Amino acid sequence: MLEIRNLHASVGGKEILRGIDLTVNAGEVHAVMGPNGSGKSTLAHVLAGRETYVVTAGEVVYEGKDLLAMSPEDRAREGIFLAFQYPVEIPGVSTTYFLKAGVNAIRKHRGLEELDAIEFLAMVKEKMKLVEMDQALINRPLNEGFSGGEKKRNEIFQMGVLDPKLAILDETDSGLDIDALKIVANGVNAFRSPARAMLVITHYQRLLNYIIPDFVHVIFDGRIVKSGGKALALELEEKGYDWLKPEADLAQHTIA
Amino acid sequence: MSNQSKTIEALANQEYKYGFVTDIETDSAPRGLNEDIIRLISSKKNEPPFMLEWRLKAYRHWVKMEKSEGEPKWANVKYPPIDYQNIIYYSAPKQKADGPKSLDEVDPKLLETFEKLGISLSEQKRLSGIAVDAVFDSVSVATTFKEKLSELGIIFCAFSEAVENHPELVQKYLGSVVPYTDNFFATLNSAVFTDGSFCYIPKGVRCPMELSTYFRINQADTGQFERTLIIADEGSYVSYLEGCTAPMRDTNQLHAAVVELIALDNAQIKYSTIQNWYPGDKEGKGGIYNFVTKRGKCLGKNSKISWTQVETGSAITWKYPSCILQGENSIGEFYSVALTNNYQQADTGTKMIHLGKNTRSTIISKGISAGHGQNTYRGLVKMQKGATGARNYSQCDSLLLGDKCGAHTFPYLEVNNSTSQVEHEASTSKIGEDQLFYCKQRGISAEDAVNMIVNGFCKTVLRELPMEFAVEAQKLLGVSLEGSVG
Ligand SMILES: Nc1ncnc2c1ncn2[C@@H]1O[C@H](COP(=O)(O)OP(=O)(O)O)[C@@H](O)[C@H]1O
Ligand SMILES: [Mg+2]
Repeated sequence: MLEIRNLHASVGGKEILRGIDLTVNAGEVHAVMGPNGSGKSTLAHVLAGRETYVVTAGEVVYEGKDLLAMSPEDRAREGIFLAFQYPVEIPGVSTTYFLKAGVNAIRKHRGLEELDAIEFLAMVKEKMKLVEMDQALINRPLNEGFSGGEKKRNEIFQMGVLDPKLAILDETDSGLDIDALKIVANGVNAFRSPARAMLVITHYQRLLNYIIPDFVHVIFDGRIVKSGGKALALELEEKGYDWLKPEADLAQHTIA
Repeated sequence: MSNQSKTIEALANQEYKYGFVTDIETDSAPRGLNEDIIRLISSKKNEPPFMLEWRLKAYRHWVKMEKSEGEPKWANVKYPPIDYQNIIYYSAPKQKADGPKSLDEVDPKLLETFEKLGISLSEQKRLSGIAVDAVFDSVSVATTFKEKLSELGIIFCAFSEAVENHPELVQKYLGSVVPYTDNFFATLNSAVFTDGSFCYIPKGVRCPMELSTYFRINQADTGQFERTLIIADEGSYVSYLEGCTAPMRDTNQLHAAVVELIALDNAQIKYSTIQNWYPGDKEGKGGIYNFVTKRGKCLGKNSKISWTQVETGSAITWKYPSCILQGENSIGEFYSVALTNNYQQADTGTKMIHLGKNTRSTIISKGISAGHGQNTYRGLVKMQKGATGARNYSQCDSLLLGDKCGAHTFPYLEVNNSTSQVEHEASTSKIGEDQLFYCKQRGISAEDAVNMIVNGFCKTVLRELPMEFAVEAQKLLGVSLEGSVG
């Protein structure tokens, strides 16, 4: 589904991603871990097409297409979803209104009939169960005055409604208490399917107790320095990230 | 949003769509302004002597004003000098001597013009909830639902008709809110105004439909000087809406209107405007100078006047719909969206003059600037000695699209009663790259995203509009922002 080769990207003139290689197949859940500032969010934004991040080398193939040549809205319409680490507020626009615009733009792109208000609301009702969303919340202006947990839950709710093929969750667990974490994890698990893939970015392994990944990758200084199965996450919990540092330095040396 | 977003998209891809000209024979006065022109206008309208005298007093005052300080200079707008002797002050489509008696007698070309503007004057085709007075250049060409309204004692007609049929009401209230000496443009209007709407709601009557006036400038080099007078008698209610368009021309045209509202005890007037005069082209050539004086007087206790405006058109807008809160417990409201794109300039706001006890006012102003647009909010809140316990709340927000436009806020405050309370909030924001990216990540195009964010920004104002006009206003904002994305 997704193939990232030797991806380099910079932001504000500073190189952040320094050669990422990663293959994700349909049905797989990949966890991406790493210390703060290692480039996890940068990777997520580059995949979603944020213009402030500049790709300087490498390529990304998504379902046989050159992902980097696509506009952000087309990537979304082709099934890429990003759950933001810091969801954005849009005053005066309700989540429902916002999502209806998104759903219908995506449907139009795929040659489907747009949903009318009644069909849309029926669909939304169904998806609200996914993360126990509250009707009052989604009628309020998007993310305005939401608690941290409500914002994250809203992201997963949006994922359910937009029905992506590749979901990238950027630290969806941060700022959640344990109950909220379980709700979000349940929503994500219910969403897993052989047709979908997920990239779960997290700083802590805590989330991975609830969302069991097929693969775990560790990013350090803009490179994947170690990949493994779910056991790697536990090892990281135990030892922290520092023991990987020499390997990172080593990797740098071998290339240089 | 399906249908709505489709419409916005379709509209966003077209230019000002009301820019056509109707080819119709007119009866026009020669260019220029002097006492003879004023006598001509007055006689064309068969006015009683009191009207002519009032016009002449206004004219003589205006001549003095022009010789001394001239046009108001304090507004944050720039334009070349206006040659008042090069304007045609009276232009009317030719029609039978005493005007059409019914729609069948109205020139089909005029009906067609309004049809093209989406204003059907045929009552069968009209949405039953709205009565329309259609003003074309200097005259009212038709008013719908007049009979139905008159069964309730409501008078809704062309201003000139009111002068003829209800001179006592006109004489009593004309100039009682905006005196002919008020300001340069209001004084000019008082001298030369040609038509407009008149509306009287009798005691205890709740007007069952929206009343509206649709203004159309057609003729080149004319000025449009209409005058609207609305009187809501004790315990009555009326919701009134005005809309306007003009052909695309590369010269500027002057529109200097006056609106006076009077609310007696327990009466309510809700006045909504969707202002879509031709704004000029992308380079700032042409467009209407919209220099308008609008003021309401809450004369009676517990009365309420509410102004809602969506200003998207005109090359320059200079207007401050205001409330004089004289009656105890009276309420004044001002809800405004002003959008300037390309080279448009707007200097708009309100004055809330609190005279009576426990009077309250609310000001919500949303300014949107795009392109090279300049947008100024100018507002005065005045608490007079007698305004014990009076309160005001003001909120002025500006939204900038791009970095060549400007937003300015000038809130003035005069407090002469220590028991009154005034609260003011202001903000300026830009549409953030993060907001746009968030929308795009959900599949929404940049253009739809901007429309959505702008509509969200204006929501507290748009929701004050009558339902179907709110939809109209949203579409208009989309069209007016065309080309501002990217
Ligand atoms: N707009 C920016 N300008 C300059 N540096 C940035 C910008 N955004 C992120 N960075 C830097 O890029 C690095 C990686 O950030 P990020 O991808 O957000 O890390 P992570 O998500 O792994 O915590 C950090 O050092 C961060 O400070
Ligand atoms: Mg991050």
